[in-house]
Amino acid sequence: MSAKKNININLKIWRQKNASTKGKMETYKLDNVSTDSSFLEMLDQLNEQLINNQQEPVAFDHDCREGICGMCSLYINGRAHGPDTGTTTCQLHMRKFKDGETIFIEPWRSKAFPVVKDLMVDRSAFDRIQQAGGFVSVNTSGRTIDANATPIRKEDADKAFMAAACIGCGACVATCKNGSAMLFVGAKVSQYALLPQGKVEATERVLNMVRQMDEEGFGNCTNTGACEVECPKGISLENIARMNREYLKASVL
Amino acid sequence: MAKSAFLKSSIAKKYWMALTGLFLCLFLVGHLLGNLQLLMGNNTEAALQFNKYALFMTTNPAVKLLSYLTYISIIFHAVDGIYLAIQNKKARPVAYAMSNPSKNSSFSSRNMAVLGTVVLIFIATHMVNFWYKMKFTDQIPLQTISVDNGMGGKQEFIITADYGQSKFMPKEQLDGKNLVQVGNKIYITKPIKVEFAEGYKDLHKVTYEFFKSKAKLFNVIPNEGLVFTLFYVLSMAFLGFHLWHGFQSAFQSLGINGKFTPAIKVFGKAFSVIVPILFAIIPIYIHFISK
Repeated sequence: MSAKKNININLKIWRQKNASTKGKMETYKLDNVSTDSSFLEMLDQLNEQLINNQQEPVAFDHDCREGICGMCSLYINGRAHGPDTGTTTCQLHMRKFKDGETIFIEPWRSKAFPVVKDLMVDRSAFDRIQQAGGFVSVNTSGRTIDANATPIRKEDADKAFMAAACIGCGACVATCKNGSAMLFVGAKVSQYALLPQGKVEATERVLNMVRQMDEEGFGNCTNTGACEVECPKGISLENIARMNREYLKASVL
Repeated sequence: MAKSAFLKSSIAKKYWMALTGLFLCLFLVGHLLGNLQLLMGNNTEAALQFNKYALFMTTNPAVKLLSYLTYISIIFHAVDGIYLAIQNKKARPVAYAMSNPSKNSSFSSRNMAVLGTVVLIFIATHMVNFWYKMKFTDQIPLQTISVDNGMGGKQEFIITADYGQSKFMPKEQLDGKNLVQVGNKIYITKPIKVEFAEGYKDLHKVTYEFFKSKAKLFNVIPNEGLVFTLFYVLSMAFLGFHLWHGFQSAFQSLGINGKFTPAIKVFGKAFSVIVPILFAIIPIYIHFISK
């Protein structure tokens, strides 16, 4: 057991009333934060303090708080999901911060992810990309074929699973200097492109998903590789290369 | 349907950036191999070899075709790059108050537009100084050789070509009235223009004089040869950083990311260091070392 320790911190947090108003950074002081608490618990503590002082609490997204739902976001000290790699914000703990430290907390910043309120952004652009082609059509009339009935090479299955690990949190867009969504779309294209079930609709899938991605206003990928580094699920740039191949195949071949 | 978007889609733009970029890498290698001949020194034989090479490069049809491809690639790469940079700026209308990009990406990869712009400015000045003069003006004199006339004096001869062998022609015959220089051809009698000898534009001399010039740049900055040398070397540094990301990035854009990627990355980094250094050695040699 580590010794119990509390720290005092300064917070600089983006406050924005709603999508149509301009936001700005506000400074808060928060004392007695346990280093064992998670980052989101620290924000809960801040909100209690704000409510006790008759102030508006900070709105932020969260759900499972165990790194699998992709709901939490937050750009912490200039990095998506904070200083740790391979973790979401909810898995980040206050022991990573020093006593007296100033912590910057901002929402994902992207034209395609408009701020709803404070630190919450609207990520439904991802849903629309997914709806444009991120699926396989199956017969559901009672004669559904068991997925495991189709043999799949182990290597392909592994790569498809690795791509499917994407939780759609949007960290790739947030951290990309171009606000590009190609890691997300690359992962979603790859998870089907690698499997026989996905081959049938491969052409339409990649063309439609890329078209939707462009329409949503995401930027263009310039292969900086920042997305791969900040992705909490370790989605590889190989998935973007695979999407590039799939798109080339679908467009010219 | 979506096939019509092939030129404008975000992924298609990557392909074009990658293809034009890789073609320009090939151009760099060819251009470098030609330029390295300048390291053979400041003497007649070395100059003649370089000038013959320069004549070949400006007249050979196959080289001409490649040069048009190069112009198109430069223009497309630059226009597409600027367009991408503008679009990408728009994708994040509100900037982060605090951003820490050095934790997740290389300096080169984040500054391709700035690096590329500097390289483009360099290319523009470089083309005005050499390419334009060589191809569109008669500002480049024909190469001459100074020969002892046996009476204690020297006589200058223009080196002319004849079936692959070099001949000489006394320079004073070129009086502007009876004999005139048009391009690299020598013509007799101005109104009739009968071609009877072919010389070599002395690009070698122009290059050496350019980097060795002691004249004042814009009549202000002394020793312009040093300024040109430093600008050249600095531009090559920018080119190196541009290639550091660009070379391997092109393969990723074309969908090549697999077992060859580590080798491509190593090769790309070596390329981005070695090629600009070899280019930069040439003006350094001319300015500081050569006679």
